[in-house]
Amino acid sequence: MSKTKLATVWLDGCSGCHMSFLDMDERLLELAELVDVVYSPLVDTKEFPESVDIALVEGAVASEADEAKIRKVRAHTRTLVAMGDCSITGNVPAMRNPIGVEAILERAYIENASAQQQIPTIGVPKLLPQVRPIQDFVKVDVYLPGCPPSADTFHTALTSLITGEPMDISALTRFGA
Amino acid sequence: MSVDTDVKTLVIDEQEVSARSGQTILEVARENDINIPTLCHLEGLSDIGACRLCLVEIKGSNKLLPACVATVQEGMEVSTDTERLRKHRRTVLELLFAERNHVCSVCVSNGRCELQSMAQEQGITHIRFPYRHAAYSVDASHERFTADHNRCILCLRCVRACAEVEGAHVWDVMGRGIDCLLITDLHEEWGRSTCTRCGKCVQVCPTGALFDKSKIGSDHPKYPDFLPFLNLMREAQ
Amino acid sequence: MTIEELEQIALSVRQENAKYDYELNVCMDLACASQGAEKLKDALVKAAEAGAKRVLVRRTGCMGPCSHGPLVRIDPDETLYSRVQAEDAYRIVASLGGALAAGLECDLHEHFDSQVRVVLENAGYIDPEKIDDYIARDGYKALLTVLTEMTPNGVTHRITESGLRGRGGGGYPTGLKWGTVAKAAGNQKYVVCNGDEGDPGAFMDRSVMEGDPHRVIEGMAIAAYAVGANKGFIYVRAEYPVAVSRLTTAIREARRRGLLGNNICNTVFNFDVEIRLGAGAFVCGEETALIASIEGKRGTPRTRPPYPAASGLWGKPTLINNVETFANIAPIVRNGGKWFHDMGSERSKGTKVFALTGKIANTGLVEVPMGIKLREIIEKIGGGVPEGHTFKAVQTGGPSGGCIPAEMLDVGVSYDALLKMGSIMGSGGMIVMDDTSCMVNVARFFVEFCMTESCGKCIPCRAGTAQMHTLLTKISNGTGTLEDLELLEDLCSTVKEASLCGLGQTAPNPVLSTLKYFRHEYIEHIIEKRCRAGVCAMEISAEVTA
Repeated sequence: MSKTKLATVWLDGCSGCHMSFLDMDERLLELAELVDVVYSPLVDTKEFPESVDIALVEGAVASEADEAKIRKVRAHTRTLVAMGDCSITGNVPAMRNPIGVEAILERAYIENASAQQQIPTIGVPKLLPQVRPIQDFVKVDVYLPGCPPSADTFHTALTSLITGEPMDISALTRFGA
Repeated sequence: MSVDTDVKTLVIDEQEVSARSGQTILEVARENDINIPTLCHLEGLSDIGACRLCLVEIKGSNKLLPACVATVQEGMEVSTDTERLRKHRRTVLELLFAERNHVCSVCVSNGRCELQSMAQEQGITHIRFPYRHAAYSVDASHERFTADHNRCILCLRCVRACAEVEGAHVWDVMGRGIDCLLITDLHEEWGRSTCTRCGKCVQVCPTGALFDKSKIGSDHPKYPDFLPFLNLMREAQ
Repeated sequence: MTIEELEQIALSVRQENAKYDYELNVCMDLACASQGAEKLKDALVKAAEAGAKRVLVRRTGCMGPCSHGPLVRIDPDETLYSRVQAEDAYRIVASLGGALAAGLECDLHEHFDSQVRVVLENAGYIDPEKIDDYIARDGYKALLTVLTEMTPNGVTHRITESGLRGRGGGGYPTGLKWGTVAKAAGNQKYVVCNGDEGDPGAFMDRSVMEGDPHRVIEGMAIAAYAVGANKGFIYVRAEYPVAVSRLTTAIREARRRGLLGNNICNTVFNFDVEIRLGAGAFVCGEETALIASIEGKRGTPRTRPPYPAASGLWGKPTLINNVETFANIAPIVRNGGKWFHDMGSERSKGTKVFALTGKIANTGLVEVPMGIKLREIIEKIGGGVPEGHTFKAVQTGGPSGGCIPAEMLDVGVSYDALLKMGSIMGSGGMIVMDDTSCMVNVARFFVEFCMTESCGKCIPCRAGTAQMHTLLTKISNGTGTLEDLELLEDLCSTVKEASLCGLGQTAPNPVLSTLKYFRHEYIEHIIEKRCRAGVCAMEISAEVTA
């Protein structure tokens, strides 16, 4: 049996979900028997592969680059898992929405900057007017809420996804925890 | 042998139960360990039937009834957990999450919030509706408490606790529809209002909308159970 | 006041009127007034004074065909002049007894011939501020008959026998409601008239209150006698200042004549009426919200039961009927229940007043027997859709109603038939739409209305209508998807079934009925990014997404 091709993706989030993923500790070794991590901020691959079995996506869609990325991930992934509250609800990144992009950039790069007061435009992706959860852009197959989902949640959910066993996500996790 | 007409017998979720005349379906269900979800209901306050989570089906009627205000009838057959009810409950909760900015992860009530645990209980893993992302204010003018309107679900428990139990009626609602907003007095700042600082509203608030400034992070348990005891003691006097 | 005194007043009014050769009745309802009826009336009075013939100029309430206003009807000839201006006054007075004044005559026979006027029987014939005008047309006769010859039970029985159903929209049997309030325990009971007409495009109740206010008061007094109430409230929206002033005058005049107050008609029956003003909330038309508002509380509905018949105003048994329902009472008492029962269809009796508006030749107020085909109302009475356009749908029941397509026009109008078609009778608004109307946009308009008028108490209505509006906006501007449409339908079912009061429960009707009959227009917006009526501006074109 060939190993499951697993990708993890990081959009607008704090990387906490990835940290929590690593909190599986020694269970990561068991997992490594079952999966190949083909794309992730934790590995070196630069291009998203042609065909991925499971993609865990952390973070909300906040910029044009995020949007392009999530569409690409969807096109090449069999089971897309929204990992954590940012990807599902917008969470903390979306707290800028009622305030607006210009006001936020102004506050961060002009008002609160002690030197070099300018809004960066070169080499950074353009922000979307609203931070939105990934299901606003692509179809999501599995939702794994939590901020972050616990290591136990990851372990149970991933095991079920790989083996095809049914799972009750609400018994594992919830918004915010 | 005389029949006591004040006792009604009915069926809730295929379980035969008896009740006193005038009791609500919710009361009788809870007495018999049948769980009906609620948000606006709180023992010790009057019921307003506003959150619609406690809707139940009655055999022979297409209309759904709020269990918190509907009284028992002899021989009625009540279903509290059908697919139709579950669907409405999930939708109602989703509507609440999309209405205001309930960011659980950075909420003072994270882990102790009735809305959050209700969503988990009803199996909600994501919200299908677009988030409104409207701007809401935070009133921190009070020396002891804060009102964060981002997290208010307009259950009006605070309004009722303040008016019915404390007798101050500082809280009420202004505006209508989606623009409804809880206000103190005639939209004064909380800190400048006629608030008696009793804190009952904070204790009965199901979310992190009203909280105690002295509590930090998620260490903010609330104890709304004092209400029925308080009412009992007052009646005894 | 006794029946004899009443007849004496009627006689003297008739004798006074008989002194004139001609009566010029000038419609001064809002539509005519806004087009210069006030000036016209003054000019006619001047012209009449200058002329040789004895002419009575009388202002009246709404005559009906508002789009032809200002209207003047000359009696006894029954000549109707349309679009009359002040300049025409001398010409009209000069023409009396001779040839018709050229260019002013209008042939609205087809418009009037299919109508049956019960509620509007006095509209256009009496000065609404003169109680004697009303008395001269059998006014208050029913009340005095009831007080002197009938038992309260007998009155309720007659109403039950007539088959009258509530004209506010719900269609609850009026006699049954009266009987329930009559049987309710308690010494203090109230009668409330719901004049909080708020549907977009509806003005039936306003016209009745403005054009024939005593009819409402008489109906209320009869109801009060039947149910055992001694106090009445008329709840009128403050946006109807003329109705408020006419009612105020009418109440004062009725008190002066001893038709309101203590020991009416030398009997032990006491009844008085007060006016309460609504502050512009549509939801206050819902009976429990209306009660809260009269009590001085925030106008939000509460769950029923208990119904107001058992526990209403200040917890007392309360009878709440709509303006038009009360306006039907006096004729039923005068003519008997059977007379009313003989009009209309199987389960909807009598007549119904409709406010006909939209893309139609004769907009205005019409009264038709129940059971009449929609086609007859629209094509014959309404004169059809103006030249060059085709009929698309008729919207009945206001924001709680639905859109009925052309293929259903041969259905007879009744409470049940409209409900079956996904609409409701409502209070009687009827908005005709042609091919320049986009049905997605129409649904969005009505949902927006419900969203802003939701009181905010229950979640499905407060947040649900807002989400419905968001989804409809997405669909109408071309950014919606088929999943959005599916979500919208799913949401509609929750708002309909889970909302607390009628406002929320019926708010999805415009969406559901347009989806039922005009689904293709939704699909065109979503897939082809096209609005066939050219109403909706598309944010993205079909090529972009293709």
